Amino acid sequence: MNLEELNATATSERLARMKKRHHMYVCVGTACQALNSEQIAKALQAALKQSGQSSEVEVKCVGCPGLCSLGPLVEIESQINGQVAPGAAEDERRRSVLYQFVKPEDAGEIVAHLDGEPVKRLETPLNQPFFTRQTKIVLEHCGKIDPERIEDYIAVGGYQALLKVLTEMTPQQVIDEITRSGLRGRGGAGFPTGLKWGTVAKSDPSAYPTNVPEGIQSRKFVICNGDEGDPGAFMDRSVMEGDPHRILEGMAIAAYAVGANQGFIYVRAEYPLAVKRLRTAIRQAQRAGLLGSGIGGTAFSFNVDIRLGAGAFVCGEETALMASIEGGRGVPRPRPPFPAESGLWGCPTLINNVETLANVPPIILKGAAWFASIGTEKSKGTKVFALTGQVTNTGLIEVPMGISLREIVFDIGGGIPGGRQFKAVQTGGPSGGCIPAQFLDMPVDYESLAKVGSIMGSGGMIVMDDSTDMVEVARFFMEFCMDESCGKCIPCRAGTVQMYRILTKIQEGRATRRDIQILEELCDMVKHTSLCGLGQSAPNPVISTLRYFREEYERKVNGAQGSEVSVGSEEWGVGKLTAHSA
Amino acid sequence: MPRTLTINGQEISARSDQTILEAARDARIPIPVLCHLDGLTDVGACRMCLVEVAGSNKLLPACTTRVQEGMEVRTDTERLRAYRRQIIELLFAERNHVCAVCVANGHCELQNLGIEVGMEHVRYDYLFPKLGVDLSHERFGMDHNRCILCTRCVRACDQLEGAHTIDVMGRGAKSLIIHDMNVPWGESITCTSCGKCVMACPTGALFKQGSTVAEMVHDAEKLAFLKAARERKVWNV
Amino acid sequence: MISTITKTMTSTPTAPGRPTGNGAVAATPSDRLAGDKRYKIIEATMRRYGYQGHGLIEALHSAQEAFGYLDDFTLKHISRTLHLPPSKVFGVATFYNLFTLKPQGAHTCVVCLGTACYIKGAREVLAAIEGEYDVKAGGTTRDSQLSLLTARCFGSCALAPVITFDGETIGKVTPTAVAQQIAQRLAAVQQAR
Repeated sequence: MNLEELNATATSERLARMKKRHHMYVCVGTACQALNSEQIAKALQAALKQSGQSSEVEVKCVGCPGLCSLGPLVEIESQINGQVAPGAAEDERRRSVLYQFVKPEDAGEIVAHLDGEPVKRLETPLNQPFFTRQTKIVLEHCGKIDPERIEDYIAVGGYQALLKVLTEMTPQQVIDEITRSGLRGRGGAGFPTGLKWGTVAKSDPSAYPTNVPEGIQSRKFVICNGDEGDPGAFMDRSVMEGDPHRILEGMAIAAYAVGANQGFIYVRAEYPLAVKRLRTAIRQAQRAGLLGSGIGGTAFSFNVDIRLGAGAFVCGEETALMASIEGGRGVPRPRPPFPAESGLWGCPTLINNVETLANVPPIILKGAAWFASIGTEKSKGTKVFALTGQVTNTGLIEVPMGISLREIVFDIGGGIPGGRQFKAVQTGGPSGGCIPAQFLDMPVDYESLAKVGSIMGSGGMIVMDDSTDMVEVARFFMEFCMDESCGKCIPCRAGTVQMYRILTKIQEGRATRRDIQILEELCDMVKHTSLCGLGQSAPNPVISTLRYFREEYERKVNGAQGSEVSVGSEEWGVGKLTAHSA
Repeated sequence: MPRTLTINGQEISARSDQTILEAARDARIPIPVLCHLDGLTDVGACRMCLVEVAGSNKLLPACTTRVQEGMEVRTDTERLRAYRRQIIELLFAERNHVCAVCVANGHCELQNLGIEVGMEHVRYDYLFPKLGVDLSHERFGMDHNRCILCTRCVRACDQLEGAHTIDVMGRGAKSLIIHDMNVPWGESITCTSCGKCVMACPTGALFKQGSTVAEMVHDAEKLAFLKAARERKVWNV
Repeated sequence: MISTITKTMTSTPTAPGRPTGNGAVAATPSDRLAGDKRYKIIEATMRRYGYQGHGLIEALHSAQEAFGYLDDFTLKHISRTLHLPPSKVFGVATFYNLFTLKPQGAHTCVVCLGTACYIKGAREVLAAIEGEYDVKAGGTTRDSQLSLLTARCFGSCALAPVITFDGETIGKVTPTAVAQQIAQRLAAVQQAR
């Protein structure tokens, strides 16, 4: 498909859409699907058939519009009176209604009210802060397009950026544009994306020994990291399920910029729906000539394969992820050399997170300056968060960088339910920390979060109320890291076990002040000596809860009956060691 | 092209393809190692050789980090010594390292490091897992209780013998060294009984059956000798 | 030495299955491979990756899906076909949580222990199921009907606490009602049979 054909498809799709008076969007993301939303779509179609309106109303199964706690959600967009006059602003002639907690048996009533007043008992206002406070870039199409139709994506401007890049820009210009936009990696660490692309583009594939398997022609690779392992985080899942073509387009642009011809999307096997939709998207894009050889009639070739994770959190770490794609144990290796120089099979490899790549097409289309105008001085654009825990509105939100935690929790999130008090918000999953109420007005950006001992992370945001036991939270995350440690390096493998045991001792009232001291020393050592990010950040939940909720630890220790000597019998092992050392 | 750098303030020169560890050794500056063994590739797993490099906020493993022009390396700061002591403590607490009854007593790299870093006692809970001893092989034995998972045996078997009989199963603290598909060593169909794994082992985890404490010398240098002989036709005897 | 390896490691005994003591005919490896169509699925996966080592995890996924678990025979078959050391195949199969070496129960219930579920009481939910069915997490009931597993997050945090029953997501469960919800589904499947 070249640019002309792409535009033709987009136009005909848009015309077809304009012929429909109503558009029904039924969320079929994982959460809503679990609540039977596919049955709702079927029931709506049946009701429309019965009332003879099938030809005028379109029912679309779409990705997640975000407000999962009110699911299943159905949004209806209607033209207010008849045909839209040519030239009239489409928005003025349209009305949107959002229905919450929809059941299949509500279908008849919804259809009957299509042209009249909305069904009051199901309606939830669209002008509530949850929707109005958000700025959508990455999620702009989630909830609006059918993720299983490439035409839907093309109709909203999809693949325009890719063809623009291929026909009008040099790879260096693409890299410069991304650099100027100020986009930083959305996987957690916030490394400048343009800088990473530039390094891969410059890297010489023959600088390090390589062992690329037969049949794979490329000597540079682009990997999309969709191994979203943080518990309580589902941003990437929603993008992969709701707008998969956007990720493919972002990858193809990245591949053109760095000179790669093969890409891999590494997805958790726990996300079957995301895998299915990505597979469909790849097939469609190949058929449309937007992936494969000679994309858009140019000389550029790029193929994408999906690789499944198999249940290992550590594979979110880039060197472990590459080891897993190569078919081995997901064990990280020391850096340098960095993947940008020697990555998959020893070749220069670009690894970007799902959300990072999803930001690429709009930056190309709307320009770096537009993107850089959103957010703060050092953190540009928006960030998608999965807002969960003890908060009224749970779901997926996209906000400009620099928004305060208070706005997220109390305005968008609707505050703490059950008349309870806010205690802390946990960001960054097992690698992050707990942020207490005193920092609620702090802007959310990479630097500020780091300053208070947490991280941006991939975007999990878990709100905790005053009933939460912070030592238990620390223990929960430590147990997670202990179970997920790959076992390669000693500080992470053995250190997490010992930290978990001390936290358990504190919880069981068997610990002393000395144990807290040993715990702190262990945290410091594991953080600074572990091989990969998992171990280096495993102590963060403990460090941050010790910093802000130390009295909870001390209360448990002071009530304890434990003796000062918490070590094993010293005559074993080392006591005898010196005797033989001479 | 030669590179000039300083280690602990001492100016040294090194080849550009050398690691910090190699450069330090040439200059007779000791850096403690455990998972490193001459003749095998490095994995940077034990973290004993971590060094401070000026300008880097991360500690870097000397065994896998290549030298750079103007690098300022510190190998023996108070902080590094404290970390090394803690790492050795963690190892002693992890399994059953009872030197007094160990066949490798006196020839054990873990024991030597414990002394070198000045570890006087273990502040952590001894975990004492109940792990097996595999005596099914006619000549060798494996005591998982004394294994520190350094994977030197895995690499020796794969890289020098080429059999890849040994690998690691499981993960985290539950990792275990296995032969083939976790069969008793004596039943392994790929093992050539060459004994290179035993030579590579830094502790008493792998041993020759029937050898007394005094005879239990690991002969780890043989592996570097073998590698040089095979690959470069150089016999360093 | 070499002859031993060839003898034990190749799967081409041409003799028909030998009769065993109880009169049944024991299948030889080649019989087993030829007689079980599920091996064809695994074969197709390995072919897709050109029988190269990097297809190992995908091959294990296929096998896990086809058989419900990975037994020694299947692992050896994959190791031979991809020309990989048996120890490496075993090491990979035991590294990842989704691969199991033991057969699972007829039905599987997974309790999510992700953060959102955890702070909304997933531990109590798990304890309730463990108590009701007399099974520990990771185990299977004595009648082999139900395997109880835990997971690290399904990404359905808005429905926390969440469990799945044979892949179906059940959200907002409570310790008091969860056992009944499972019992209903177990009964429904048994009735359908």
